[in-house]
Amino acid sequence: MSENDPKSQKYREVAYYPGCALEGSGHAYNRSTKALGKALGLKLKEVDNWNCCGAMEVKNIDPKLQTYLSSRVMSIAANTMKMDTVMAPCNGCYHNLKKAEYELSTDEKSRAVTERLSQKAGHATYRAGQVETIHALDWIREAIGEDGLKARVKNSLQGVKIANYYGCMYTRPRHIFPEKDQGPASESTSKPHFMDDLLAAAGAENVDFPLKTACCGGAHTLSDSDTSTKLVANILQAAEAAGAEVIATECPTCHSGLEMHQIRAERTLGLKTSVKIIYFTQLLGLALGLSPRKVGLHENVSDSFAYVKEKGLA
Amino acid sequence: MNAAPAPASASGPALSLAAIGRRLDELAADPSRAEAGELLCFGEAVLEHWARARGHEPTDGRREGFRLLALHRQGADQDPSFNACRETCRELAWHYNLLTLEPADAERLQRQRMMTLVAKHLYLFVSGKMETQKLGEFCCSSRPLRTRVDSGDGAGSE
Repeated sequence: MSENDPKSQKYREVAYYPGCALEGSGHAYNRSTKALGKALGLKLKEVDNWNCCGAMEVKNIDPKLQTYLSSRVMSIAANTMKMDTVMAPCNGCYHNLKKAEYELSTDEKSRAVTERLSQKAGHATYRAGQVETIHALDWIREAIGEDGLKARVKNSLQGVKIANYYGCMYTRPRHIFPEKDQGPASESTSKPHFMDDLLAAAGAENVDFPLKTACCGGAHTLSDSDTSTKLVANILQAAEAAGAEVIATECPTCHSGLEMHQIRAERTLGLKTSVKIIYFTQLLGLALGLSPRKVGLHENVSDSFAYVKEKGLA
Repeated sequence: MNAAPAPASASGPALSLAAIGRRLDELAADPSRAEAGELLCFGEAVLEHWARARGHEPTDGRREGFRLLALHRQGADQDPSFNACRETCRELAWHYNLLTLEPADAERLQRQRMMTLVAKHLYLFVSGKMETQKLGEFCCSSRPLRTRVDSGDGAGSE
């Protein structure tokens, strides 16, 4: 992808939808995404007065209400802010906006409910196709590309061994991601590689990690913590067995789950793992010469300060 | 997928999930003892439990040469959330191929180790899902797009 490419130009200024998690437990992801964008000369215009995407709670009770909630975010971006692209770094938000887009383009009932609720709420109804929803991985990969990133690296990630963990929501279900699986240049739903590509461009050594899209048990962290802990413990062990020193994440739910259950696994299962859990935006920010504080490393639960120092990244 | 898998394990009563879990823990501690055929059979046995728990007779069919993949397909029928273990099953089949096609490869021990952990993930995912199924969807990403409430009288359909 060249930076002169029309898609690259299009993604240089996007509507930014952080979502609830990035204002709370995933604040480090919010901070590092903004810092990375700034360092790369990309503009983020936060969606005005955005609301929850419907997450899993609303979706499980009333999927059409979730479709409406996600559509409102896209409506503000399209009709109020006149933007054509919404970038959502959170896998849950990204997934739900894509799902709403799919529903609104294929289901008459969903369109009718969204129309009615939008009128009640007093804003323009979102029409399928008005905006394109992308993930932070698409954003960096398309706007800057691997070559562009390589050219900007100040502190190479050389010697940083990474297991890239995408979680379950970034690729599933396949039919809501029509742009994926469209050849080698597109993202794959079975073997995603965008994060691998970006981190490799920054010099990192990606390990072969067979659980990159495995479920972390995030949805049951509260209702069935033991299952979540065991699932996470196995993912951490697999990453270490694959030779990784770092698990790179791109989802705040997965990230928090890995961090919290890493501690819980040590306490409840006696299983100590030392693999660091770091957002890919933090790793890329460090590679571009940003300070650990600037990318919010201090906001992570997993303490990786000594590690990044040892690798010459701080 | 290009290797013929081990014979299906469904002739006798399936191993209990707990027994599979214990055995996988043993193998994770010493992966040099892990055999590709045994791990593949554990994967099949786990999916058989899931099929039976949902009132189905586990299929003896195959997809891409693997009964495991056919069982996964059967398990995901009417339950898209089960697709969250789709790639886990494919990784299991892939590691089976690696170990059986290149038994003397220098990476053998590493492959045994990874296949054991992949099998363990499948066991944890399915057994956890069975345990919690009454609490709702296990995987938040794959909620059926149109559920019963969707066509009924939910708030959005008021």
